[in-house]
Amino acid sequence: MFAGAYMALCYVFIFLPVGVLVLFSFQAGDLPVPPFHGPSLRWYEAAFQDGRLVDAFTNSLLVGVISSAVSVFIGFLAAYGLARYDFWGKDVVRALIMLPLAVSYLLVGMGLLVSTSALGFGPSLITVIIGHVVINMPLAFAICLAQLGEHQRRIESAARDLGANTARVLFSITAPMIAPALIAAFCLCFTLSWDEFLIAFLNTRFDVTLPVVIWSLLRGGLNPETNAAGSFIFLVSVSLVLIVEFFLLRRRRA
Amino acid sequence: MNHLVVDRVTKLYGDAAALRDVSLSVAAHDYVVLLGPSGSGKTTLLSVIGGFTEPTSGRIEIAGADVTAIGPAKRPTTTVFQDYALFPHMSVEKNIGFGLKLRRVPKQARAERVARALDMVGLAAFGRRGIHELSGGQRQRVALARALILEPEILLLDEPLGALDLNLRRQMQDELLALQRRTGRCFVHVTHDQEEAMALASLIVVMNQGRVEDAGPPARVYARPATRFTATFMGESTEIAGEILSPGVAATKIGHLPAPKSLQAGATILIIRPENISADGTRDVKLGAARITEAVFQGAHYRVLAQSESGQDFVLRVPPSTAPAPGDTLTLSCGAEDLVAV
Repeated sequence: MFAGAYMALCYVFIFLPVGVLVLFSFQAGDLPVPPFHGPSLRWYEAAFQDGRLVDAFTNSLLVGVISSAVSVFIGFLAAYGLARYDFWGKDVVRALIMLPLAVSYLLVGMGLLVSTSALGFGPSLITVIIGHVVINMPLAFAICLAQLGEHQRRIESAARDLGANTARVLFSITAPMIAPALIAAFCLCFTLSWDEFLIAFLNTRFDVTLPVVIWSLLRGGLNPETNAAGSFIFLVSVSLVLIVEFFLLRRRRA
Repeated sequence: MNHLVVDRVTKLYGDAAALRDVSLSVAAHDYVVLLGPSGSGKTTLLSVIGGFTEPTSGRIEIAGADVTAIGPAKRPTTTVFQDYALFPHMSVEKNIGFGLKLRRVPKQARAERVARALDMVGLAAFGRRGIHELSGGQRQRVALARALILEPEILLLDEPLGALDLNLRRQMQDELLALQRRTGRCFVHVTHDQEEAMALASLIVVMNQGRVEDAGPPARVYARPATRFTATFMGESTEIAGEILSPGVAATKIGHLPAPKSLQAGATILIIRPENISADGTRDVKLGAARITEAVFQGAHYRVLAQSESGQDFVLRVPPSTAPAPGDTLTLSCGAEDLVAV
């Protein structure tokens, strides 16, 4: 009884803010505060007609897809190299690849801003993409590495035995074999990129991503349109996390 | 004659030797079984022949060509792996056709050869199935077809029957033998099961601690093992310790026994397989009387453990009709040719 109440309290604490955000995105009135009138899709309509939000949505999508694809590609190759070859300093290399996970986003963002400025090309979506690859590649690497066990190694050996070269093995055997993990890694990287604020904020100027534009909308005061945009971001993230769980759980059962 | 030649191959891992100076010569029609306990180097040797492991020193020759420096992709060998290592994301057909596809065999020809290979392993109707829909025995057959379709000079099999239950294992043994005869290819098969080795091999290679202990036809290796390890590993036997007195005579606990004339003075061990000891005292070499300590009924015979008054242990087989019981005394004898010095 007590445990149940405690659990309920925890969940309320975690989900109440999200619930309130989503609830007032359906507000019919002008302010996202009680009392609740509606429901109405008025503010969703407004959000989808707001040029800044739509542009930012496209930018976020672009940054998310490209940075996740690059992260998974590099992470997969790095994981394959570390799982299949022995070389001097292997542990150091592994540690170096994982290191960005421990570095704060603020440092990554600032470092990137300083370096790109010094190199003469200023803030842009490309810089943000680079930043997101830096923070997400270690994750993709770790997910891929966990899948490349001895069983997979023997299957790769079998492919070599039948005449396949390394490129063939990588793209006809290894990648399809761990496809669920690659898809899961991609979705996870995308969710993290999708609502990443600090790096995107520090490294964009005119073309901005969704979290950055929402931040600037919030500076102009509370508005149910912001709730609508926020709820939409949340919906995308949740869907992707569900996809990840589907692939990783199915993997475990198989 | 020398289809596969392993010439003084050594493989070191750091200071540990997985293979020490292993040499072997195999004919094209041979079914070779590499037999030994785990850690004996048999799997390493298979891996060296397949090109997956580079030997520290020594040469491998296949069909007259030195292949030591050639990787597995270019070697005229294919392998059936212990866990089959089928491609889980491909259908049965695609698995079997993979090697042909890499060799750019046109689609039509490929489909025909895959169909023939499926037929050969009795899976004609299974081409479109996924790997996960197959039983262990069926996966084994797919692995065989996938390896044999490339018509390798040598087919390597790494404990291929290890994961199957006993009945299926017997059945697959027969099928392997039939496949080997039908394809006329050289098979090299690794196992730790001496019964499997005897059932399959035309040439048994017994390995221990990275060395070849004995190599020969199964009947010879079983009946006249070259070393004590081989004798023990190939099955039970009575071991009689002795001392060579003069050429052809060994002094033992149970009296003087005939020994090979080639043996120099010194200690020796004479072994006798259980089925070669007779319990009615009618054979040439008298082994004296022994009291039964244990008799276990095994269907076709009793397995009997007995001990002589001087403390020599015997293991022998006795027909069920004699109904041996512990405490009974037997008069043991054997043929002179059944005593093997190791």
